Amino acid sequence: MFNYTIRRLIFTIPTLLFISFVIFFILDTAPNDPTGNLPLTIPPDVREKIRISFGLDKPMFFRYLLWCQQFFINEPLNMIEQWFNITIGDGERLRVQSWATRSPVVDLVVERMPQTLWVVGMSYVVGIVIAIPIGVISAYKQYSWFDQIGTFISMLGFSVPTFFTGLLMIVIFSVQLHWFPSIYDTTLKVDSWGNFVLQVKQMIMPVMVLAFFNAAQLSRFMRASMLDNLQQDYVRTARAKGLKERVVVLTHVLRNSLIPVVTVIALGVPQVFGGAIITEQIFKVNGLGQLLIIGIQGADIPLVQTLTFIFAVLIVLFNLIADILYGLLDPRIRYD
Amino acid sequence: MTDTTLIEGKGRTLWGDVWDQYKTHKGALIGTGVFLFILFAVFLGPYIYDVDPQYLNIREKNQGPSLSHLMGTDQLGRDMLAQVLHGGRVSMAVGVIAMFISLVVGTIVGLLAGYFKKLDGPLMRLTDLFLALPLLPLLLVIIMLFRDTLRGMFGPETGIFILIVFIIGITSWMHTARIVRGDVLAQKEREFVLAAKSIGTPSRRVIIRHILPNVLSPIMVSATLGVANAIITESALSFLGLGFPSDFPTWGRLLFDGANYMTLTPARVVWPGLAISLTVLSVNFIGDGLRDALDPRIRGR
Repeated sequence: MFNYTIRRLIFTIPTLLFISFVIFFILDTAPNDPTGNLPLTIPPDVREKIRISFGLDKPMFFRYLLWCQQFFINEPLNMIEQWFNITIGDGERLRVQSWATRSPVVDLVVERMPQTLWVVGMSYVVGIVIAIPIGVISAYKQYSWFDQIGTFISMLGFSVPTFFTGLLMIVIFSVQLHWFPSIYDTTLKVDSWGNFVLQVKQMIMPVMVLAFFNAAQLSRFMRASMLDNLQQDYVRTARAKGLKERVVVLTHVLRNSLIPVVTVIALGVPQVFGGAIITEQIFKVNGLGQLLIIGIQGADIPLVQTLTFIFAVLIVLFNLIADILYGLLDPRIRYD
Repeated sequence: MTDTTLIEGKGRTLWGDVWDQYKTHKGALIGTGVFLFILFAVFLGPYIYDVDPQYLNIREKNQGPSLSHLMGTDQLGRDMLAQVLHGGRVSMAVGVIAMFISLVVGTIVGLLAGYFKKLDGPLMRLTDLFLALPLLPLLLVIIMLFRDTLRGMFGPETGIFILIVFIIGITSWMHTARIVRGDVLAQKEREFVLAAKSIGTPSRRVIIRHILPNVLSPIMVSATLGVANAIITESALSFLGLGFPSDFPTWGRLLFDGANYMTLTPARVVWPGLAISLTVLSVNFIGDGLRDALDPRIRGR
């Protein structure tokens, strides 16, 4: 298992490098001018100087290597310096700069990370908490009314896009009932009970929208996995031994059924981040997704490049985690 | 019993069996009905309800549903029902064409990877690579970068249509390819393939004549899911403001435009959203029913 993990980890390096090159290539071949959004009154020679200050006069391969150096060497070194309060070398390093704000991209990302993690992480946890009991009950009582309704609702959950459920919730709960605010206020500091209530109130809608979507998919997996296990011989043996039905279902079957579900949960994490792009746009949460949209609209290539690459890292990383988890949890699966 | 039916000349056909099984799936039947209704409304509706969706009538702006405007009007007084019907045409067309592209690419990759051992490795690595790409950010980026060029080449409406259909198709073929490859791997070890090869059938014809028809059912199921996926992706792109323009709206774009007037006319958000949801829901139910109906193990019961 250890060897397998090391092998996979080593293999992710060329994969990620290749993906970063693909992203860079797509961004670079585009027939688009990064100074196109600047006012037309700028004379052509100044425009040319702006382009040179972005480094656009250099060949593409050179710029790619420069980005690699900045992102893979300079940024980590910088982070280590900040965490441990030490200086490595002369401390003067070129960082990945956003064209629009002229500040380091990583700082922008760090600034926006907590909001996204709060909303996305919370919604995923809520989704899992809802999905597992629903999956267990609807598998245990297959074809009962609970199962029928649960199946229909989960079908509804992954058919109705989050941007519609989100808007619908705003129309009902913000516009009509005035229960929750429709805009997420990031400046809110939780320092008193009243502010805590406000924070919970503004988080309910974005979290529930994403949680509903996640729960719909997960409960289907949970149900299918439970159904597979309920028909196994060991369940009959456990019942024959005279174990209580509760123990049979919750200890024997549930634990075995969770194995594939856990990997599905790990695989779903990057998708949830992708889905957060839309949810953040609906509820105006200023997280990573919104940063990406701003970057795209402003043709801020380094920002978009870095953010897209971070999403790619998430996908590759969680694929790896899912595979390793599967091997760790299921004794029947051995990679060596 | 089978003998009597044979004597009477009522042979059972494959598609007859499939239909018999499909009929027992209530959700699939309702889904088919709803989908056909939406299809009918969207493609023939504008001829019956012949209001110009781009006709501006500022005096009747921001109205709620009434007899003259069944779904109300937008901030420029354009009739919402007409807009939803016309927008649906584009949404549906995007869904079907993008699905078709992804299906063709996925099937070809899957067939080649499954049948030719030499191609298996490289093609599956390519599939893995595509699966590792962050699709939504990339789609957004590609649209931002290539929108103006394509608009210049094909005109504002066709340009964006080609771009969106093409990139959705080209980024959603991976699951089809994997499923088809798996099935081809199983089918090519069967005796009928060996027989075909032994009489000297060229590989091309073995694939088209003998293997393709046998892997058709997973392809059909992923076709339905592909339509749903493409419609949702297109709406998501339009909803983020990077899809179709306002004067050539799809359901996603109508939703995006309506979101700004949510407090004034909530109906503007509800109708296009409902249209997307109903379409995707019905397509998913059709897929569910097809999966059961095309699976011989379930059909036998």
